Amino acid sequence: MDDAGLATQTVDVTTEKKIKATNVQVFYGATHAIKDVSVDIDDKTVTAFIGPSGCGKSTFLRCLNRMNDTIDVARVEGEILLDEENIYDKKVDPVQLRAKVGMVFQKPNPFPKSIYDNVAYGPRIHGLAANKAELDDIVEKSLRRGAIWDEVKDRLDAPGTGLSGGQQQRLCIARAVATEPEVLLMDEPCSALDPIATAQVEELIDELRTNYSVVIVTHSMQQAARVSQKTAFFHLGHLVEYGETGQIFTNPVDSRTESYITGRIG
Amino acid sequence: MADVSIDTASAPRPKRTSLTEEDARTRKRNAAEKRFQYYGIAAIATGLFFLVTLVWAILSNGLPAFQQAIVEVEYTLTQEDYDKAESALLKTGVYTDHFVAFLHQEMNDRGVELDFDKAAVERLLGKVGGDIRAFYRENENLLGQPVTFELAAASRVDRYLKGTFERDDLQEGNRFFMPGDFDLIDAMADAGLVTQAFNWNFITGVDTGVDNPGGAGIGASVLGSFFMMIVVLLLALPIGVAASIYLEEFAPKNRFTDFIEVNISNLAAVPSIVFGILGLAVFIQFAHLPQSAPLVGGLVLTLMTLPTIIISTRASLKAVPPSIRDAALGVGASKMQAVFHHVLPLAMPGILTGTIIGLAQALGETAPLLLIGMVGFVARYPDTFLEGFVEPNSAMPAQIYNWAARSDAVFTEKAWGGIIILLLFLVTMNIIAIILRRRFERRW
Repeated sequence: MDDAGLATQTVDVTTEKKIKATNVQVFYGATHAIKDVSVDIDDKTVTAFIGPSGCGKSTFLRCLNRMNDTIDVARVEGEILLDEENIYDKKVDPVQLRAKVGMVFQKPNPFPKSIYDNVAYGPRIHGLAANKAELDDIVEKSLRRGAIWDEVKDRLDAPGTGLSGGQQQRLCIARAVATEPEVLLMDEPCSALDPIATAQVEELIDELRTNYSVVIVTHSMQQAARVSQKTAFFHLGHLVEYGETGQIFTNPVDSRTESYITGRIG
Repeated sequence: MADVSIDTASAPRPKRTSLTEEDARTRKRNAAEKRFQYYGIAAIATGLFFLVTLVWAILSNGLPAFQQAIVEVEYTLTQEDYDKAESALLKTGVYTDHFVAFLHQEMNDRGVELDFDKAAVERLLGKVGGDIRAFYRENENLLGQPVTFELAAASRVDRYLKGTFERDDLQEGNRFFMPGDFDLIDAMADAGLVTQAFNWNFITGVDTGVDNPGGAGIGASVLGSFFMMIVVLLLALPIGVAASIYLEEFAPKNRFTDFIEVNISNLAAVPSIVFGILGLAVFIQFAHLPQSAPLVGGLVLTLMTLPTIIISTRASLKAVPPSIRDAALGVGASKMQAVFHHVLPLAMPGILTGTIIGLAQALGETAPLLLIGMVGFVARYPDTFLEGFVEPNSAMPAQIYNWAARSDAVFTEKAWGGIIILLLFLVTMNIIAIILRRRFERRW
C-alpha cells in the first residue's frame, strides 16, 4: 500500500455528518442488492467506497441522489438523511435533491454541445444566473474548480465531446460543481482514464474536499488510499467495515476486509 | 503449473506440413468462401438486372409523355377577315375555314400538294377555330401581322410520328382518326411544319376525356397528393412523436404498455386496403366528411403512417446513449427537461428520416384511396387553398391507376409518364431525408 500517502491523511474529528443512512435495503426485482447498510458520511471529507465488482457500492451511491428512481424495478427501503431531512420522503422532489447532490459518472458523458453550454446547462435550468455576465462567471469559476479552465478558455464554443477522455471527465466535474451542490458523488470517475489524467482528477478531488462532501466509488484500492479520509468496504451487499482510511488499510478489523485489501478475494 | 507435466513420448507429433501448401481442410474452406462470394455477386447482379430493366422500361415508356408534337404555322389574319368572321353566325367555323385555306396555301407554297378537309384538321389539331378566335379577341393589335401559332397535335399524330402507332393499328370506325389523316400528317411533316416540344401541359394540366387523351396532365392530382401530404405531416408527426416519447421515456413498463407496443408493430403490417375501408366507414359514412377529398385521404394515410413514425422515432430515441440522460438527471434536470433538451435533439435526425420515409410510403399508396373515392375523373383545380382539402381530387398513384385502366394507348403512355413524376417526388424526398440525417447527425 501507499504508506507515504497514508501518513498525510488526517481526519478532522469535529466534522459534522452530512449524510446519515440507516438500515438501507435495495432490491432490484427479486435481487436483494443492498442489505441493511447504515453509514454516516462526513461533510468536507472524501469518503471512498471500495469492494469487489457487484458488491453494491455503486448501487448504494446511486441511492444517495435517488438515481435509482430511474430504474423501474429498483426499490429502496430504509432511511437516508441529508442534513437531517429524509431524501426518500414523499414530499422530496428528486430533481431538487439532485441539484444539491451532484454526480460524476464512470464514463465521461459530456453533452454533445459546446464546452460552455455543458457547464452552463445546470445553472440555466436552476436559474442560478440572472444574466449572461453572471452565467459567464459561473462557467469560468466551475471550469477553474474543475482544473480545466486553462486548457479550454480559448475554445469554449468547441464541442465538449471533442476533448480528450481526461479533459471530458474534468469537464463533467466542472459541470457537476456548476450547480453548487453540497455533496458530490463520483462513480469510478477514473476507470476510463489513463494514469496522468487519473492523477489530475485525483488532485482535483482533494481540492474539492474544501467545499464539498465527496463520495467516491473506486475499484482501485491505491486510489482510495490516496484520495480518501474515510473508507467503506462493501462485500456481497453488506457494509463490512467503515472507518478511517488509514485504519482500514493498515489495521482492518474484519477478516474479509483484510483478504480484499491484500488481494486474496475480489 | 509446475505439477502439470506433458507426456511427450506418448503424444504423437503432428506430421510436419508446409505453410506454402494448402491442406485439404483449408482448400475446402477457401472453396466454400469463394462460392459464398459468388452467390453474393450473383444475388446483387440479379437485383441490378431487375432494377435496370425497371428503370429502362419506365423511362422508355414514360419519357414520350413529356414530348409533344407541335404544328407551327405562321398565320396572318387581316382586319377584314376578322370583322367578317365576327359578324358570322358560326364564328369559329369561319375562323377554321380561313385557317384551313391558309394551311392549304402554305403547304402548296412549300411544294406539298394534298387535299384535306376541315374535319381532318380538327381531328389532328383540335378545335383550331376556337383557339384562333380566342387569340385575336385578346390581341386585336396583331391583326394583319404574321403570328406564329404553335398548335399541339393530337396524341395519335404524336404517336404516329414517334412510330408507336402504325397505319395498320387504326381500327375500323374510329371517329377520332381516319386513314386519310396519316397522309395529312406526312404532308405537314414534309412541309416542315411539325416540331417537337416539351409537354408542359402534362405537368400542369388536368385529366381529360377520351376525346382528347393527349391533353391529359397530372397537375391536379399532384396537387391532391400535396394536400394529403400536408394533412399527414401535420397530424402524423406531432401525434407519432408525442406517442413515442411517452411510450419510450415516461410510460411505466407493464402488460398494458407491452400490449400497446405489440399492437403498434402489428398496425405497421396491416394491409393498406384495410385502412381504406376503415376510413370509408369512419370518416365518410360515420363522420360525414366529404367524399374523395384530400382531407379524408390524408386522414387515412395518417393512420397508415403513424406506426412507421412511431417505430422509427422509438428506435432513434433508444439509440441515444443512456449516459446522456444520466448526465442531465445528474445535474438536476427533470425527466422532461432531460428528454426535450438532450434526448430529443439527438434523436431528431432519426425522427425526421423516419417521418420522410413514412410520407414517401404514404405518397405512393393507392389502395386506400380507391376505397374513399379518390380515383374519380378530376378535370379542374381547386379554386382556393382551403378548398384544396375538401374538394374532390385524385392523387398521383390513383391517377396513374386510372390512366392505366383506360383502353386508349395514349393514356397508357401518360400512366408511365406519371410514374416518372411520382418516382421523382419519392427520390427527392429520400434525398431530403439523407441530407437531413447528414446535417443533423451528431456524434457523442
